[in-house]
Amino acid sequence: MILLRCPYCREMRSEAELTWGGEAGIMRPADPAIASDTEWTEYLFMRTNTKGWLQEQWCCSAGCGQWFKVERHTVSHQIRQILRFDEAFSDVTIAQEGAA
Amino acid sequence: MGWQDYSLLSLARQGLSGNRGWKQAWRSPAPKKKYQVVIIGGGGHGLATAWYLAREHGIRDIAVLEKGWIGGGNTGRNTTNVRSDYMFSESAAMYDKALKLYEDFARELNFNIMLSQRGWVTLFHDQHQMESARHKLNWMRCNGIDAEILDRAALAKLIPGLRADNPRWPVLGAVLQQRGGTIRHDAVAWGYARGADRMGIDIIQNCEVKGFTREGDRITAIDTSRGTIGCDSVGVAVAGHSSVIADMAGFRLPVTSRCLQAMVSEPIRPILDVAMISPATGVYLNQTQKGELVMGAMLDPGQSYGQRGGPRTVQKVVEAAVELFPAFGQARLMRHWGGIVDIVPDSSPIIGATPVSNLYINCGWGTGGFKAIPVGGLMLAHAIATNRPHPLAEKFGLDRFRDNRLVDEGAASGIAH
Repeated sequence: MILLRCPYCREMRSEAELTWGGEAGIMRPADPAIASDTEWTEYLFMRTNTKGWLQEQWCCSAGCGQWFKVERHTVSHQIRQILRFDEAFSDVTIAQEGAA
Repeated sequence: MGWQDYSLLSLARQGLSGNRGWKQAWRSPAPKKKYQVVIIGGGGHGLATAWYLAREHGIRDIAVLEKGWIGGGNTGRNTTNVRSDYMFSESAAMYDKALKLYEDFARELNFNIMLSQRGWVTLFHDQHQMESARHKLNWMRCNGIDAEILDRAALAKLIPGLRADNPRWPVLGAVLQQRGGTIRHDAVAWGYARGADRMGIDIIQNCEVKGFTREGDRITAIDTSRGTIGCDSVGVAVAGHSSVIADMAGFRLPVTSRCLQAMVSEPIRPILDVAMISPATGVYLNQTQKGELVMGAMLDPGQSYGQRGGPRTVQKVVEAAVELFPAFGQARLMRHWGGIVDIVPDSSPIIGATPVSNLYINCGWGTGGFKAIPVGGLMLAHAIATNRPHPLAEKFGLDRFRDNRLVDEGAASGIAH
């Protein structure tokens, strides 16, 4: 069972109260008119699917309704970072990899 | 190697001699330095690929590499359902070919997979779903797939334990595909493994792929936990780990890996003699020949490579099963598992060429790969042997995402992922 504390309403939310939103940080091509087919394919369909640490987005859908960002390990489900949507992930890979 | 068919004569002879004379059904060879074709993944799809490469294309210099043991992944851990009730004609043609190959499996490989075409029943719970049921009946028949609509009275006769008038999810009717049903899943892996082994194909277990040696856009060797193995071409059939192999080979896939759970009750007397799904409540149900109730779930939320799921999904499945069949409330769960499946945006498989010129892939079956094993093997073998898509696989290439020609069965047939 995935439990996440929403960084907006500060409540601990369970799977039943959350909506999973896939990979975080996917950027729409800045100028759609000049984006190539390959860039569009990347944006629309290709996904990071790491066996390990993954940055993803979740919605506090049965709570405050805000989208937020999570860094989670896809094997252990350990949570390393939970951020508001406008915050950037900090690079903690080297510092905490050993402890994970 | 000795021919060890499970004939009445050999069963009697072995039985009288205390069953001490059975030999292993396939060898456990050490890997050679090089093979013409190396297939990564010793599940049903990988083993079937090896079999069809040998039988359809005469290629026998093949190794199948398996990280664990053959059929120890999703092939041996699924709800064992087979059916071909897909909407688009290209999907229906592909899945029905798989069902036909399963129907011929015992004749072709002399291995009993216990195919039981007991009927595949899709339940519908409200008026809108009943309209979609009539829609489904029409497109199945247009695709030449057998289908009929059952009303509540017919359902009550077919499935006596079903409480169609339950207050929470009343059942109004169903669509039946009579040729659908269940298979003994391990037997599929074992049958293909024995068949491939007899063709001289090396099945190498406990052999994990660590990386690739490349020359230009080709892979020349595979680095494994059992040494480096050279190859002319590579087939990949690793389901939930497809992105991991693609990362090693240097390309990306439109795949996310998700956990799919299923569970089994203790064995009880025969009560359910169809395989069924209730898409609206999120449960697949059938009863094995041993009497266990097999219950399949929808996907757990979030990407996952952890082969275990959350309790909320178990609760949802059991709730739905007990609501539909109140008598099941007396049974206890005996086993439960989570497998990792490869989900793609349009819920259709990806078969054939990749950006690496001599690497071919078979992935994206999502929650429904078991039913497709024979045709998955047939299509991947064709791609490896001829460097062209199999006629059934033409619409299912990786390039369909760039060309924006999706085969969206998720929307079309409303499949569960």
